[in-house]
This record gives sequence, structure tokens and C-alpha cells, in this order.
Amino acid sequence: MMRAFLALVSGAIFGAGLALSGMMNPARVRGFLDLFGDWDPTLAFVMGGAMLVMAVAWIVQRRMAAPAAGSDFHLPGTALVDARLIGGAVLFGIGWGLAGLCPGPAIASLGTALAPAAIFVAAMLAGMGLFKLTDR
Amino acid sequence: MTFPGFPDAAPLDGFLGGLMIGLAAAIMLLGLGRIAGVSGLASRAMLIERGGAPWPVAILFVAGLVLGAILFGAAEPIEAVFPPHWGWLVAGGLFVGYGTRLGSGCTSGHGVCGMSRLSPRSLVATGVFMASGIATVALVNALGYGW
Repeated sequence: MMRAFLALVSGAIFGAGLALSGMMNPARVRGFLDLFGDWDPTLAFVMGGAMLVMAVAWIVQRRMAAPAAGSDFHLPGTALVDARLIGGAVLFGIGWGLAGLCPGPAIASLGTALAPAAIFVAAMLAGMGLFKLTDR
Repeated sequence: MTFPGFPDAAPLDGFLGGLMIGLAAAIMLLGLGRIAGVSGLASRAMLIERGGAPWPVAILFVAGLVLGAILFGAAEPIEAVFPPHWGWLVAGGLFVGYGTRLGSGCTSGHGVCGMSRLSPRSLVATGVFMASGIATVALVNALGYGW
């Protein structure tokens, strides 16, 4: 019950934070990527604020034997830099630049701008499914 | 509050919203022991991915994302300009979906969570997807299709 509550609260704070930060505006996100044009630095401030809190969280995490509402930390490895990582990042960046949307703002927009968000999210899920089907 | 030289930027709202995103990711990490990576959790929530977070955690996080945006939007209008044609959304969505699964993360997992952990994987991934996004926008603009 506690875990379910924390997951919902985490998502809700994340969604509200995306809204406040302006990151639910694809034109603004695209503006950050328009480095050689009409550049909008806002996304860098969002990233800075989020990383500031998370940097502290990682320090706290190292002193905890287990998460507050769970038995173990389930954390991905950090070392492996391979072709999948780089190829995936290249493809993700292309999509991000084309639409001005990444997964968080796209899903959050389902509640506030249903038609465009649903088209993007449906295509995104199709892309995820396609990867799952073709991944050996 | 504006940023010198960039009248359209919203640095204070961006920073405050960023603090909230960081808090959300910290709750996921310190409370549930997991990375708040939206692409992974969305894939899990839709049962595309079998491993990873427990399904209730994934679906509730995704539902929370929508709920949080709706609640914010009820208090204050959310400005959003989407691409001028649905084709951008379809193409962008396909690349984002396939790419985030192949590369195991997006702006939240690699960007916010991984970079603050100083993960070499995430530092490389974030540098690459930002460079790729910048190149894509520059190319689209050069072709005369900027929006």
C-alpha cells in the first residue's frame, strides 16, 4: 500500500514539475535543441534543478541498506558503454528533435492535450513494441 | 523572471519545476529503490517489458504523471505548442520509443537520474541524445521545415 502510494505521488510530483517547468511545451523543448537558431536555455535550468536534488538523493542512498518502502535497491549498471547505448541515444535524439517530446512530457500531456499526446504516445509504444519484437 | 539575452526563457519556473522532478525521482529512489525512468516505466506499465519494476509501481507512476499535469493545469493554464502536422508526432514517437528501449533510457533515467549519479553510461547517452536532437533540429530548419 505504501509502495503504491509512493509510486503515485512520485508520478504526480513529476508531472506537476514538468508542467511548471515548461517542459510540456514541445516548442520550448525544441527551442533548447535549436542551439544554432533561436536557442531557449530553459531546459538546462530544469535539468540543473532536478540533478541538484538527485545528487543529494544519491549521497543519501549510499548510506541506506534498503529503500524506505522496499527490501532492495534495483539499480542498473553504470559502466557499459556499447553500440546499443549509443545507437539508442542517437535514435531517441532524432525523435526528440522531430517532435519536441520525450516520454515524460508526452505521457503527462495525455491529461491536458489529448489528441496530439495520444498520437505521439501510440507511436512511441509501437516503437517500444517493435524493439521488443526484433530484439534477439 | 527572465534570463539575460533570452527573453523567452523561463529560468525560474524551469528551475523550480526541475526541483520537483528531482524530488519525484528521489522518492522513487529512496522510497522504492528504483530509477524514475519514464521510458522504462511506461514500457513496463503497458506490459511491453516483462522485467523491471513491479507492474503496480509502473502503472501508478504513469497514472501519477497524468494526474499531476491535470492538477497543475486546473490551477494554471499549461502553454503547449505542438508540431504543425501529426506526421511529426508519429515519426518522433516511433524514434523515441525504439531508441529509448535500445539505449535503455531517456531524459529522466539517463538525464536526471543517471547524470546525477555520475554514471558513465548515462553521461554518454545524454551527451549523444542531446547532440542528436540538436543536429536533427538544425537539419529540419535547414530544410525549411522548422516550426
